[in-house]
Amino acid sequence: MFEGLSDRLGGVLDKLRKRGALKESDVKEAMREVRVALLEADVALPVVKTFISNATERAIGADVLRSVTPGQMVVKIVHDELKNMLGDGEEINLASTPPVPILMVGLQGSGKTTSSAKIALHLTKKRNKKVLLASLDIYRPAAQQQLKVLADDNGLGILPIVMGEKPVSIAKRAMDMGRKEGYDAVILDTAGRLHIDMELMSEVAQVRDAVNPVETLLVTDAMTGQDSVNVAKEFAEKVGITGIVLTRVDGDARGGAALSMRQITGCPIKMLGVGEKIDEMEAFHPDRIANRILGMGDVVSLVEKAAENIKAEDAEKMAKKLRKGQFDLNDLLSQLKQLQNMGDLSGIMGMLPGMGALKKQMSQTKIDPKLLTHQEAIILSMTPKERENPALIKASRKKRIAAGCGLSVQDVNKLLKQYQTMSTMIKKMGKMGKKGLFGGMPKMDPAMLEGGDMPDLNNLPKGLTGGGGGLPPGFPGLGGGGGMPPGFPGFGKKK
Amino acid sequence: MSEEGKTSWFARLKNGLKRSSSKLTTGIADIFTKRRLDDDALEEFEDLLITSDLGVTTAAKLSAELAKTRFDKEVDSAEIQQFIADEVAKILEPVAKPLVIDPTKKPHVILVVGVNGSGKTTTIGKLAKTYKDQGLKVMMAAGDTFRAAAVEQLKVWGERTDCPVIARDTGADAAGLAFDAIDQAKREGYDVLLVDTAGRLQNKAHLMDELKKIVRVITKRDETAPHDTLLVLDATTGQNAHSQVETFSQATNVSGLIVTKLDGTAKGGVVVALAEKFGKPVHAIGVGEAAEDLRPFEARSFARSLAGLED
Repeated sequence: MFEGLSDRLGGVLDKLRKRGALKESDVKEAMREVRVALLEADVALPVVKTFISNATERAIGADVLRSVTPGQMVVKIVHDELKNMLGDGEEINLASTPPVPILMVGLQGSGKTTSSAKIALHLTKKRNKKVLLASLDIYRPAAQQQLKVLADDNGLGILPIVMGEKPVSIAKRAMDMGRKEGYDAVILDTAGRLHIDMELMSEVAQVRDAVNPVETLLVTDAMTGQDSVNVAKEFAEKVGITGIVLTRVDGDARGGAALSMRQITGCPIKMLGVGEKIDEMEAFHPDRIANRILGMGDVVSLVEKAAENIKAEDAEKMAKKLRKGQFDLNDLLSQLKQLQNMGDLSGIMGMLPGMGALKKQMSQTKIDPKLLTHQEAIILSMTPKERENPALIKASRKKRIAAGCGLSVQDVNKLLKQYQTMSTMIKKMGKMGKKGLFGGMPKMDPAMLEGGDMPDLNNLPKGLTGGGGGLPPGFPGLGGGGGMPPGFPGFGKKK
Repeated sequence: MSEEGKTSWFARLKNGLKRSSSKLTTGIADIFTKRRLDDDALEEFEDLLITSDLGVTTAAKLSAELAKTRFDKEVDSAEIQQFIADEVAKILEPVAKPLVIDPTKKPHVILVVGVNGSGKTTTIGKLAKTYKDQGLKVMMAAGDTFRAAAVEQLKVWGERTDCPVIARDTGADAAGLAFDAIDQAKREGYDVLLVDTAGRLQNKAHLMDELKKIVRVITKRDETAPHDTLLVLDATTGQNAHSQVETFSQATNVSGLIVTKLDGTAKGGVVVALAEKFGKPVHAIGVGEAAEDLRPFEARSFARSLAGLED
């Protein structure tokens, strides 16, 4: 799911990213395209309208247009709004006297029976609960049988089928059995019904009144179109729902229903069905989804993280040094620390747009995640003098340093070599500016180089410019020379 | 499951479709109680079509069509409704074709495919009823050997319609089952063989391969079969229907569509877009759970109902 939407939005937003200054008309144009992308993904029209008007309002606000990085800001706004739209992820609520009744409702064919069994298994395995399943679907042929087979195959509790029994009595019997046999939760799978079928809607309302469910979950197919509005509204009004279960998320639907449901019902999405197998059900994480939709990695948190972790003065100092082409091992050390503060390297890579491939490459070449720690240890084993003037470090000092940090002389050599390369490059860049940096990175994917136009990173995290140089240039797959990818451009040029 | 008389079917369909279009109708009345057709009105018109799942492209096309003749003129809602009905009917007429059984085939093999929960098994039960009522000898093959109790579900339909159901246990090979079913249907002189398949999402390559295998095996037994391959489409589905038609057609040479669950509020408007894009025949629509709730697809009444007009 979401890939299609992601492609469309990515295209629109990429255009913006590459622009310098934006006019109000540029933003509006982009928003029109965003609107079409959302509609084609089946996001409900009222939800799209609210989304577009909120995003446009924020995007043409003075802040954005005047900021140095308008394109990137617009992307961030769209991201934020998407996240808003998706709401918070919430677990299934079991905070009540057991057995906790959970009522499953939805249209025909939305996936209630399979979801019931999946949730039962989820609660059993992940939350260590004893769960009883009961089918109230007396209409669809063999529906009760279907749930029984699923329960039996997976060792889940199932209420024995009594032919001819009405849903309300089945529900009561299930709760009785739940109480007597010490179940923690009772999942009541109901028949699929149309939200406009008064008779069946009142039947499910009676079941609700009979058992007072703690959770009433609306099961919705991720492929649902604009009708999701009607369905969600009617079920919310007539039965009252507490959460959404989204099924067939593993399909290629663009996920509009996911984006609409939360907005329309005000209820959180609680679970996602991601496959036909009974254990293929996941908890819902709105931010991951928003990121996936934008196909942008998580630039936003990267920027936020960088801002949190890198002190402005430090960054300023570093930038000055770099411009002068001065760069010693102390600087390298502080950058290694900054990188470490920001979390593990592959995580950072994941946050950068278009870095997926590189990340894969990294995991293939098996970069030791401890590399940064080791390099830090090597520098920490040096005297202050050595750090300021690495030229001092000759054979015997190397031996001492190696012993000090518990690594080999080769490791020390490697670090020094990296430092050499970096320092040469930094000097070069001091002279040549941005072009020189990119020229030095022949192996870089051109798509990644475009990231170099992301003016956002240019502006905000001055520290990151340092971070850029700081990444050991010897990294395999990183293009040999450039070190940190081109999300961190222009540090030879600015200021 | 009330078995209502035949007289009510049209009322049912209309009720269903009317509900589905009531919003469109109210919407139209809201925008167009005599008003000049300007850009804003056009945009609202387009939005309304979009809420019927017509999709952005088709909606834009209809809106442009409307603007061509009526831009800047005073329009009212009746005029707009008539316009939608006419335009939609024009698009749908070429695809509104009933599924005709070839009596010389013995059996005429119909393979039924679709995503999970679209209503394949129920549709097969209804088709069996339809053909049985026409005096044909009908057999069903319970090819959904994956979903728990799917076989039992079809067996119940077999009892309801008094047609034999060829079945094996859950987990059995669906292709082999289809092969045997054709064998038996040939031997026993059946007119129609309806082959059910497990629901599958069209982006699962291995499941689509499995479907191709079923077709291959069927063709091995009878090189003209399957004579029809029906894609069952849930009317609540949005724009993903495009991907469904496209991918299922690649795997199985889909010959026609059946649109289910049109008795809800879902507008099924995507059918209009599908007709434009793929031109696949739409054979029938499902308007309820009972055996007689499968109806021929009629372009004009579908279009008029979508526009909120009385037939």
